[in-house]
Amino acid sequence: MTMNVAAPQSPLLRWIYRGYLLAFFVYLAAPLLVAGLFAFNDSQFPSLPWQGWTLDWFFGEADPKVGLFHDRRLIEGLATSFKVGLVVSALSVLAGMGNAFLFERYDFPGKRYLYVLMVVPLVIPGVIVGISILVFASTIANGVEDALGWDWSLLRPGLPLVVLGQFSFLTTITSLVIAARLRKFDIALEEAALNLGAGRGRVLATITIPYLMPALVSAFIVAFLVSFENFNTTLMLVGSEAPLTITMYDRVAKVGSTPVLNAVSFVLMVGSGVLALLSVIVQRDPKRGTDD
Amino acid sequence: MSSADARRLSLILLFAPFFLWIAVLIVLPQLGIVGVSLREKIGPGEYVFGLANYSDFLGQPIYWNTLLRTAVMSILVTALALLVGFPVAYYIAKIAHRRSRTALFLLCLVPLWVSDLVRAFGWIILLRETGVVSTVLQATGLVSGPVELLYNDATVVVGLVYTVVLFMIVPLVSTLDGMDDSLIEAGLNLGGSRLTVFRRIVVPYAMPGIVAGCIIVFMMTAGSYLTPVLLGGKNSMWFTEQIYNQFITRYNWEAGATFGVLLLAFTSIVVWVGLRLTGQNLASTVATR
Repeated sequence: MTMNVAAPQSPLLRWIYRGYLLAFFVYLAAPLLVAGLFAFNDSQFPSLPWQGWTLDWFFGEADPKVGLFHDRRLIEGLATSFKVGLVVSALSVLAGMGNAFLFERYDFPGKRYLYVLMVVPLVIPGVIVGISILVFASTIANGVEDALGWDWSLLRPGLPLVVLGQFSFLTTITSLVIAARLRKFDIALEEAALNLGAGRGRVLATITIPYLMPALVSAFIVAFLVSFENFNTTLMLVGSEAPLTITMYDRVAKVGSTPVLNAVSFVLMVGSGVLALLSVIVQRDPKRGTDD
Repeated sequence: MSSADARRLSLILLFAPFFLWIAVLIVLPQLGIVGVSLREKIGPGEYVFGLANYSDFLGQPIYWNTLLRTAVMSILVTALALLVGFPVAYYIAKIAHRRSRTALFLLCLVPLWVSDLVRAFGWIILLRETGVVSTVLQATGLVSGPVELLYNDATVVVGLVYTVVLFMIVPLVSTLDGMDDSLIEAGLNLGGSRLTVFRRIVVPYAMPGIVAGCIIVFMMTAGSYLTPVLLGGKNSMWFTEQIYNQFITRYNWEAGATFGVLLLAFTSIVVWVGLRLTGQNLASTVATR
């Protein structure tokens, strides 16, 4: 070991320190490992003893072991989560890109306060984001119904409200991610292209957007993951069509734990692991986008 | 059209969606729940302005006890997350070798990408009466019968620290990363003990990260729902659960909105006091994120 003034100097202390780190990572991994592992246990309950390996909790077709891929409600939940995630991520990346340009490229009165306001949605508890949008949308819907006699079901609990609720705080995340990259952009590149006679739109499409691409992709992935996993805000706004986290929660609360939920956990962990890795890889390569 | 006009136009085109988002989805809805919390129901569809919802809250010990309990537990969880997370962040930022540093940091982030629900589910499988820990304890002869480790406060705290500790580690690593080792060396050369150097040099340097981490962790804990409800069971007495019950189960929006306003006000006050005590401000704290 090299000398490091920041590290404990006595070997005993160093070993204790490493032991602590090991314990910490065991603590981090333990619930995730068991949540995934028991998807493969050939038993009715996700508990010991280990009854041997099986894939029935994924592919089983008949009672008592109906696997995840034959469980209609879970599959519907998965599809709903995908739908919501794709829509809300696309919307929040678009809005985030606009915000990034607004705050990085322009000056306007009250900019500092508005910047704080832009960050605020991240610190409001999700449950409160949910109820505030529920109340606001219902107030408008009731007003419209009283005044005009229309029933705007769009503003009643359901997927459109879930999208709005998630969009309201995901946009903060996408704005911060995209603005961070735009800040590092060398404006001389744009000026050079303008001097060479390219129009504003062309410069944006051929120089600035390609430069931003890693951040756009990464913001999309992060927004998608956060949307997919969101529970608190979604819980308050959900209607009859429920995303996966809500379906799964109902199962845990009503039926109790069954290994099919471990199978869901396993799929979710693998899926978000792959996506998270992808977002890291996309952001890693600093040259990507500027030279193609 | 002159270029100044074009610039003005694009500013307006960018400002409009930003303004719509903040106004329609954040500011107006927040004002909306304040409005709902200030109305009293006097008949079907008939309301008058008044503070009755707030006096109801104060008149019902179970309500304000739940809020106090949530606040105290959240402060406890924040303190524990700092205690547990600081050594890990310090190791990653200051001690680990270059290559293992990134790996350790990414390892820390893995649970971040897993849904709260999956994490809570994992704890349930580990800790319930028929769970892994109970079975292993029985097999090793340490206990004679099944032990129920769920549905108590300690488990809720452990589960909450687990959920939030990463949000403590990330800002700590990024502030500690900026600290030059020569600061520590200078402190030691000047005769400071390691403890003094830690207390007088490392901690003050890390303060913006500590404060940022504590704010995020505290807000997340106070606003959490799944972990206390699933790990605490019926006795969890968590304030967000009260909000949910009022809104969805009892359909009493006035009471639910009042609770929401109180939770937000209460957590904001705690954060503000924390900032004042540590001499930090919100802008600098936000910037370190």
